[in-house]
Amino acid sequence: MENVTQALQGVPLNHYILLSAIIFAIGVIGVLIRRNAIVIFMSIELMLNAVNLLLTAFSVHHNDASGQIFVFFIMALAAAEVAVGLAIIVMIFRNTNSTDVNILNKLKW
Amino acid sequence: MINLVWLVPLFPLIGFLINGLGRNTLSKSVIGLTGCLAVLASFIVSLGIFIELNASNTKSFIVPLFDWISAGTVKIPFSFMVDPLSALMLLIVTGIGFLIHLYSTGYMSHDAGFGKFFSYLNLFIFFMLLLVLGSNYVIMFIGWEGVGLCSYLLIGFWYTNSSYASAAKKAFIMNRIGDLGFLIAVFLIFTTFNSVEFAVIFPQAASMLAGDRALIIITSLLFVGAIGKSAQLPLFTWLPDAMAGPTPVSALIHAATMVTAGIYMIARSNILFTLAPQTLHVIAIVGLATLLLAATIAVTQNDIKKVLAYSTVSQLGYMFLGLGVGAYTGAFFHVITHAFFKALLFLGAGSVIHAMSNEQDMRNMGGLKKKLPVTFLTMMIGTIAIAGLPPFSGFFSKDEILAHVYEHNQLFWVLGVIGAVFTSFYMFRMMFLTFNGSFRGTTAQEHHLHESPSSMTIPLIVLAVLSVIGGFIGIPEIFGGGHWLQNFLSPVFAVSAGKMPHLTLDHSTEFILMAVSVAGALGAMLFAYQKYVKKGEVPAEDRIERGTLARLSYNKYYIDEIYASLITRPLDSLSGFFHKVVDKKGIDGLVNGFGKGAIEASKSFRLLQSGMVGFYIFMMVFGIVALLVYSMYKI
Amino acid sequence: MEILLLQIFIPLIAAAVMLIAGKSARSLAGVLSLLPLAVTAYMYVNFVPDASIQYLVNLPWVPQFGINFKAGVDGISMILLILTNLLIPIIILSSFKHEIKNQSAFYALIFFMQSGLLLVFTALDGFLFYVGWEIALIPIYFICALWGGQNRIQVNLKFFIYTIAGSLIMLLAIIYLHLQTPNNSYDIAEFYKLNLDSSTQGWIFWAFFLAFAIKMPVFPFHTWQPDTYTEAPTAGTMLLSGIMLKMGIYGVIRWLIPVAPLGFHDWGLTALVLSIIGVVYASIIAFTQNDIKRLIAYSSIAHVGLISAGIFAWNMQGLQGAMIQMLNHGINVVGMFFVADIIIRRMGTRELDQLGGIAKPAPKLAIAFLIIVLGTVALPLTNGFIGEFLLLMGVYNYNIYFAALAGLTIILGAVYMLRMYQKVMLGVTNERTTIFSDIDTTEKSVLLIVSVLIIVIGIYPQPILHISEAAISNLLEQVNQKILVQ
Repeated sequence: MENVTQALQGVPLNHYILLSAIIFAIGVIGVLIRRNAIVIFMSIELMLNAVNLLLTAFSVHHNDASGQIFVFFIMALAAAEVAVGLAIIVMIFRNTNSTDVNILNKLKW
Repeated sequence: MINLVWLVPLFPLIGFLINGLGRNTLSKSVIGLTGCLAVLASFIVSLGIFIELNASNTKSFIVPLFDWISAGTVKIPFSFMVDPLSALMLLIVTGIGFLIHLYSTGYMSHDAGFGKFFSYLNLFIFFMLLLVLGSNYVIMFIGWEGVGLCSYLLIGFWYTNSSYASAAKKAFIMNRIGDLGFLIAVFLIFTTFNSVEFAVIFPQAASMLAGDRALIIITSLLFVGAIGKSAQLPLFTWLPDAMAGPTPVSALIHAATMVTAGIYMIARSNILFTLAPQTLHVIAIVGLATLLLAATIAVTQNDIKKVLAYSTVSQLGYMFLGLGVGAYTGAFFHVITHAFFKALLFLGAGSVIHAMSNEQDMRNMGGLKKKLPVTFLTMMIGTIAIAGLPPFSGFFSKDEILAHVYEHNQLFWVLGVIGAVFTSFYMFRMMFLTFNGSFRGTTAQEHHLHESPSSMTIPLIVLAVLSVIGGFIGIPEIFGGGHWLQNFLSPVFAVSAGKMPHLTLDHSTEFILMAVSVAGALGAMLFAYQKYVKKGEVPAEDRIERGTLARLSYNKYYIDEIYASLITRPLDSLSGFFHKVVDKKGIDGLVNGFGKGAIEASKSFRLLQSGMVGFYIFMMVFGIVALLVYSMYKI
Repeated sequence: MEILLLQIFIPLIAAAVMLIAGKSARSLAGVLSLLPLAVTAYMYVNFVPDASIQYLVNLPWVPQFGINFKAGVDGISMILLILTNLLIPIIILSSFKHEIKNQSAFYALIFFMQSGLLLVFTALDGFLFYVGWEIALIPIYFICALWGGQNRIQVNLKFFIYTIAGSLIMLLAIIYLHLQTPNNSYDIAEFYKLNLDSSTQGWIFWAFFLAFAIKMPVFPFHTWQPDTYTEAPTAGTMLLSGIMLKMGIYGVIRWLIPVAPLGFHDWGLTALVLSIIGVVYASIIAFTQNDIKRLIAYSSIAHVGLISAGIFAWNMQGLQGAMIQMLNHGINVVGMFFVADIIIRRMGTRELDQLGGIAKPAPKLAIAFLIIVLGTVALPLTNGFIGEFLLLMGVYNYNIYFAALAGLTIILGAVYMLRMYQKVMLGVTNERTTIFSDIDTTEKSVLLIVSVLIIVIGIYPQPILHISEAAISNLLEQVNQKILVQ
C-alpha cells in the first residue's frame, strides 16, 4: 500500500491534468457530435469522471482529503443522475422507438 | 327682528323639505298651503326687518351663523348682511314670491307634479334669499348657483318633453359660463383684499384709485357673471328658451327675481364698479345693445310668452344701461318696478294660456277682453306701466335711468328712447292681438274660455295695484317728490355717489326728455292700435315669406344657429377628434406600440429556440469557452 | 394591541374568513366590512388634529436590510382611512344585487385589497409602502379579470402591465433613496432628510411621478383607464375610481413632493400643465361619449386632473382642496357608478341613445342621480363645490390663467353631466324604459348614504378640513423651506 501511494505520487501532476483534459475533451466532443441519447449520456459521465480524476490528483498533490470527499459527492450525484436520466431515456424510447435526440425538437416556438 | 334674519331663508327651506318629502303623500291643499305659508312667513319677518332697519340709525348689520370653509388664510363664514339694499330685495323676493305661490295653487292645480313644483319653488326662494342676504361673495355665490339649479329644475319641469329638457340644460350651462367669471372674480377679490366679506372689501376699495387694474379685472369678471345670470349679450339666448317652464316660474324666476340678481350684485358692489369706469362703459354698451336687440326681436314674435321674454331681456338691458351710467338707484328702482309689472304681465299671460287650454300663439287668440275682464284690465295696467306712460311705475324708473343716460352720453339716450318706443309698440301689439278683435282659435278652445279662479286673479290685482303706485317710492324732485328710495338706499351708494358727478340737468331739460319718451311711447301705442285694432292685421303664418328685416327679427337674428355652428358643433367634432384620433390612435397607439414592439422583437429572438438539443449544447459549450477566454484575457 | 395594526389586519382576517365562509359570504362580508369602519371611527374620535403622527407602529421586519414595519396616521392619512373604510362597506353593499359566481373569493379579494390600501395610506417606510402598493394591485387585477366584461383579459393585461411598469420604476427610486441614506434605511423620515442635488431629485421626481400619474391617471398616461372602467365589474370600477386612484394622489402628497422638493421645484410646472390639459381634454372627450361608464370614466380623469393641479400648485388652498376632494370624488364617483350599474343591469345596455325618460318610472332614482350629478358638477352646498372651490383657488394663487383654464371644468362638467342626465332620465320613455322599476331597499339605502354624505359635507365641511389642516401646513412648510434653502 505504501508503494502504491509512492508510485502514484511519483507520477507528475501534469500527466494527470493532461489525461483529464483528454478525457474531458472526448466527453465534450461525444456530447456535441453524437445523436444517440445514451451515448451523450455516457459522454457526460466521461466528463464528470475527468473532473473526478483531476480532483483526486490535486487532493493527493496538496495532501488534502477534501478533494476526495468532493469526488464522493459527485459520484453520488452521478448515480442519481443516471437513475433519472436513464428513466427519461427509457420513456423516450418507448414513445419514439428511438433514442435519437434530434427527434426531440418539439420544445421550440 | 334683524337678529332673526336667518328665519327668512329657513322658512322656505322647511317648506321645501316638507313638500319635497311629502310630495306624493300630502294632499294638494296641504302642499299649496305649506308652500304659500313658508313664503308668507318669510315675508312677514322681512317686513319686520325692513321696519326695524328703517327706524334704526345703523344701516348695516352682519348676522354671523357659523364658519363654513377655512383653509389656511381663507376663512369664509356663513353669515348674513342686512342693509337697505338687501332689506328691499327681501321684500320683493318674498312678497312677489308669495303672490306667485298663491297664483300657482290655481295655475298648477291640474298638474301631477304639484308637490314637486312647490318644493322647487320654495327651494328657489331659499337660494334667492341666500343670494340676497349673503354677507360675502361666496355665500352670494351659493345663492347665485342655487337659483341657477332651481331655474334648471323648473324650466325642465315637464321633462318628458325633450326640447324643454334641452332648454333647461342650455340655461344651466349658459349660467355656468357666467358663474366661472364670478368665481374667478371671487379669487381675485380675495387676493386683492384678503377677504371676501363685503364689510371688509368696500371700505378698502373706497381708498383705491379709479381705474385700478385689479378693480377693472374684478369688475369685468363680475360683470361676466351678471351677463350669464341676467341674460345680456352674448349669453341671453337661454332666457327666451326658458319659457318652456310653467308660467309662474317665468314670472318669478325669469322676470321678477333671479334674472335681476346680476343687477343686485353690481349694485351691491357699486363702489368697485364706480372705481372702474372702463367696466361701467362696457356695461352701458352691453346693456344698450341688449335692449335694442331684444326689443327688435320682440316686435315680430307671436308666442305670447316669447314676447314677454324678449321684453324682459330688453328691460334688463335698461337696468344695465342704468348701472353703466352710474344710476345705481335708478337701476334698482327699475328692478323693483319691473318686478311688479313684469310679474303681473307673465301671470296675466299665464291666465290667458290657462283659459286658452295651453295655447300660446297669439295668432290663435283675439277678442279675449270680454271673457277675461280681470286679466285684461290688470294686464293693460302692466302694459301701460312697462311702456313708461305716467304716472304708472315704469315711467318713473325708466325716466330716471334715461335722464342719467342723457347726462352721460346723448347718443345712448337717443337709442334708449328708440328702445322705449319699440317696447311700447310690441307690448301694445301683444295686448291688441290677444284681447281685441275676434276670436281666432278653435271652437273647443272657445267653449273652454273662462276667467281664472280667484287664487289667480287676486295676485294679478295686487300686482296691478303695485304697478300703478310702485313708482311713487321714487318721485323725482321736479314733481315735488322727495325720492324716498334714493334716501333709503343712500347709505349703500353713499361712497359711490361721492365719486360720481351729480345729476345737473335743469328742470326744463328733464321735462323735455320725459316728454319726448312719453310722446314716443304714445306714438308707438297709437301705431299699434292703428295696425292691429283698426286694420285688424294678424301676423303672417310661418310659411309666408317675410322681408329681410322682418325675417331677421322673426328668426332672432339667427343667433342660436350662429352659436351652434361656431361653438357647439366645432366642440363636438373636437371631442370626436380627441377621442378617436388623439386618444385612441395617438396616445393609446403609442402605448400599444410598446406592446407590439415587444412582440415583434420576440418574434426574431424566438428563432434561437430551435429545439435541436445538439445546438443547445453547442451554444452552452461555446458560452463556457467564451467565458473562459474572457476571464483569461480581461482580468 | 396597537390599534393601527388592528386596522390593517382586520380586513386580512376578514379575507381569510371569506374563503371559508362559502354560501354565507355575502352577508358576512357586509357585516365584516363594518369592523374596519368602526376602528376608523374610534381612531377618528381619539385623533388630535395637529401635525404629529399618531398611532405609530414601528416593528422590525427585515432589520438586516433596514426594513421596518413602520406605519402611523396623521391628518392626511386619516382622511384616506375614512375614505377607504367608508367606501368599502358601500361598495360591498352595492354588490348585493349582483349574482356573483364564487362570491367568497370575490369578497376575500376586496378585503385583501382593503388591507393593501390601508397599508399604502399609513406606511412610513418606503419598502412597506411599495408592498402595500402592489398588494392593492393584485386583487383588483383578479376582480377585474375574473368577473369583468367581454374584453376583460386583454384590457386588464394592459392595465396591469401599465401600472406595474410605473411601480417598478418607483421601486428603483425607493431603492436608490435607500442606498443614499446614511444608515441604509427605508424610513420616510430619513428620505426627507436627504440632501440630494437637484438633477438627481429630478430623476426621482419622474420615477415617482410616473407611478403616481399612471395610477391617478394624469394625461397622457390615462388610456388604460376608460377601457378598464368599462370592462371591470361595477364593484371593481368603484374600487378603482373611488379608492385606488387616491393612492396616486396620496403618493404625490406624501412621497413625491416632500422626498424630491427640488425635483418638484424644477418639474412641478410640467406636472401642473399636464394635469390641466387633462382636465380640459378629458372633459371635451366626455361630451360625445355614448357609453355611460366610459363617460363617467372620462369625467373622472377630468376631476382627478383638477385635484392633481391643485396639489402641484402647492399651497394651502390647493392641498386642502385636494384632501377634501379626494373624499368627495370617492363618494361621488361610487354613487355615479352605482347609478350607472342600476341602469345597466335593468336595461342591459350602456348606450345613452337607447335610454331616456327613466325619471318617469323611477322618480326616486332620478332624485338620487340628480344629487350625485350636482355633487359632481360642484354645485354649492354639495361636497364637490367645497373641493373645487379650494382647488381652483389654489391653482389661481399659482397662476390666474391656469385657474381660468382649469375652471372650464365648471362649465364643461355641467355640459357632459347634464347631457348624460338628460339622455338617461329626461325626455320620453321608449318601450324598454317604460318598464323600468324604481330602486328597491338595498339600492335606496346605498343611494341615501351617498346623497346624505354629498349634502352634509357640502353644508358643513369644517370637520373634514380640520383633520388635515395642521398636517398639510406642516408639510407645506417643510418643503418650502427646502426649496428656499436651495
